[in-house]
Amino acid sequence: MFYVSCSMISKEEVKHIAKLARLGLSDKEIQKFQKELSSILDYMKKLNEVNVSRVAPTSHPFELENVVRLDKGEKLDPKIKKALLGQAPKTKDGYLKVKSVL
Amino acid sequence: MELTNLTISQAHQGLKKKEFSSHELCQAYLEKIKKLDKKIKAFLVVEEDLALAQAKKADSLIAKGKNISLLTGIPVALKDNILVEGLKCTAASQILKNYTAPYDATVVKRLKGENVVILGKTNLDEFAMGGSTENSGFQPTRNPHDLTRVPGGSSGGSAAAVAAGMACFALGSDTGGSIRQPASFCGVVGLKPTYGAVSRYGLIAFASSLDQIGPITKTAEDAKSVFDVIKGRDKMDSTSAEFPKIENLKFKIENLRVGVPKEYFVKGIHPQVEKVIRQAIKKYEEMGVKVEEVSLPHTEYALPVYYILAPSEASANLARYDGIRYGFSDSSGKDLMDIYLSSKDKGFGLEVKRRIMLGTYALSAGYYDAYYLKAQKVRTQVGEDFKRVLKKVDALFTPVSPVLPFKLGEKIEDPLSMYLVDVYTVSVNLAGLPALSLPVGKVGKLPVGLQIIGRPFEEGKILEIGKYFDKIS
Repeated sequence: MFYVSCSMISKEEVKHIAKLARLGLSDKEIQKFQKELSSILDYMKKLNEVNVSRVAPTSHPFELENVVRLDKGEKLDPKIKKALLGQAPKTKDGYLKVKSVL
Repeated sequence: MELTNLTISQAHQGLKKKEFSSHELCQAYLEKIKKLDKKIKAFLVVEEDLALAQAKKADSLIAKGKNISLLTGIPVALKDNILVEGLKCTAASQILKNYTAPYDATVVKRLKGENVVILGKTNLDEFAMGGSTENSGFQPTRNPHDLTRVPGGSSGGSAAAVAAGMACFALGSDTGGSIRQPASFCGVVGLKPTYGAVSRYGLIAFASSLDQIGPITKTAEDAKSVFDVIKGRDKMDSTSAEFPKIENLKFKIENLRVGVPKEYFVKGIHPQVEKVIRQAIKKYEEMGVKVEEVSLPHTEYALPVYYILAPSEASANLARYDGIRYGFSDSSGKDLMDIYLSSKDKGFGLEVKRRIMLGTYALSAGYYDAYYLKAQKVRTQVGEDFKRVLKKVDALFTPVSPVLPFKLGEKIEDPLSMYLVDVYTVSVNLAGLPALSLPVGKVGKLPVGLQIIGRPFEEGKILEIGKYFDKIS
């Protein structure tokens, strides 16, 4: 049912996707994913058999109405705020602290 | 009387009549866990002190002679992607190894409101991605019916715990079959509710247009008892729905029409599994149910649709584990980018990485139309098939899985072969329908589950259909 694709995606492409996902990968993983993603994506080509030219896409199983509320902030329980910030590796004065961006 | 064999309703009667206390019931389960779980490994953590304290509280309510609810004092196990305030919640991932839940999931709040006893958190495939629980970042779980085989997944810990008498009931989550397939593999009942029927607030997100929380129990009757407590709209989850008032779900069994989709019985199904399913359908016919063959022509496309959409949504949902706000963080690198790359590299397991890569690919410029948008369109077709057929029949009978519980290690090296096991369950999530996995027989010592698919918000009906089978077996 499955076969190794003749149109393998390239190593560079795998690296590019990993960068988009901000996902570090080892060389071994890059090689592994190059093969695996190619054969999985090949399997997806099955969808080309279906004519969907007049079909609308579904993002959600049912039509839901927007849920709205007044544009007013709610006060956060300080206990929860502390618990949430307490999960962060680094904080300063109630803010998250990160390394320099540039 | 073996306390750990009792269903929820039997245990409730026993508690009410003071034949035993919740403390005794809880002790019996804790002892069973101590005895069996070294081998089965269904639990990631057992909360003995918390459980006994909750049991004591339930007992004091019973002693006061209050009219106790059905779930009061009943021991439950929770899949470890559902938040319980103050307890670790890992999603079986190294990246959340030290994460402590700051609040209760809505389902947990509702269960606590009924004074249940929380025994502990159960194992899963990392972030609920998998069908064998082998993708857990901590330990694989084993099938209580055969320790060399998998319990199914991703709610394998919850299903194994209920099957082995290590919990009276459990909660799982189902994105593409993760409640139904392990329920089938372990010989217990699993309900995947209608999309929106149960709040996901406090469930660690995998694929948000598909995820649902549901019960894993010993009987269909018990599944209804738990579902009735956890269902309903929640303002913390804007996708949760007000449960519509459906007129009279009561029905006479001889007026029931059930469809059997022919596309679910093609090559690839294990012949012994098919035999057990056909026999179960025959039993329903003997009870008077009108069974007819129906067609869902887009069935074969559901799996590729699912394996584009679920990883795409996952790649967005899992972007939050970046080493900045919570979870594992590796700050040894020189800048912010290094923290992202390295924290995810070291924190995520192989299957999670594979799905993030697959999803990011399907969503990336140049491939979006060919993969993601195309899959969303075929998703519409899959849903239309069900809509059309469920106008004619009340429900559908299908197998849950084409195969029997497989051996540990059998499929883990070949991701596509693992994905194929989901072939009968993913369509239901794509269409947002409710479905029940009901144990209806065995091949040797290995259980086989019948899937009963219903119309949106008609959980009551499919559970009722399930109860009929429980009565005759």
